[in-house]
Amino acid sequence: MYYAATAAILVTMALALARALLGPTVYDRVLAVNMFGTKTVLLVSIVAFLSGRPDFLDLALAYALINFVGVLAVLEFFQKKRHYERPR
Amino acid sequence: MIVDVLSFVMLALGGFFVFLGGLGALRLPDLYTRMHAASLTDSFGTILTLGGIMLQSCWSLATVKLLTILFFLMMTGPTASYALANAALLSVDDPEPHPPPATET
Repeated sequence: MYYAATAAILVTMALALARALLGPTVYDRVLAVNMFGTKTVLLVSIVAFLSGRPDFLDLALAYALINFVGVLAVLEFFQKKRHYERPR
Repeated sequence: MIVDVLSFVMLALGGFFVFLGGLGALRLPDLYTRMHAASLTDSFGTILTLGGIMLQSCWSLATVKLLTILFFLMMTGPTASYALANAALLSVDDPEPHPPPATET
């Protein structure tokens, strides 16, 4: 059953990558990348138990935090970029 | 035995919800509907998948780590969704064009 969940998560990561590649706006891409990161956390957690090495869970935790900070940084950059590009 | 069956059911349901959310994020027509689908994977997929693994880890340090991961994902997911919707809403000049006023007879 680990393999079924792993396969579903991998397929979902592929779908999220497709949405990130053909997203019309930049926010669609940010949404897809955020989803990809969350699914990476789930995938690392499952692979940790699949391979019998629960130490991988530290990597999953660190990846969750880095993904969150990265998404917030990208969103903040796009907000501020539009603000700075406004003609004065 | 019962814990194993419950864990397998939770993992299968979690994989199903994750796949459903990915399909919705690819195929739905709008940004906000795609966010709806992505939040489905963030809530149901994460809780069911991590809960299914948690039942297999039988009260060790891994359970505490999984609980921490689940806590952080539950905290950061809605925050990231809020920031994304806020940025997308601020990026358009008129986010929701008002319908034309109804002509009174």
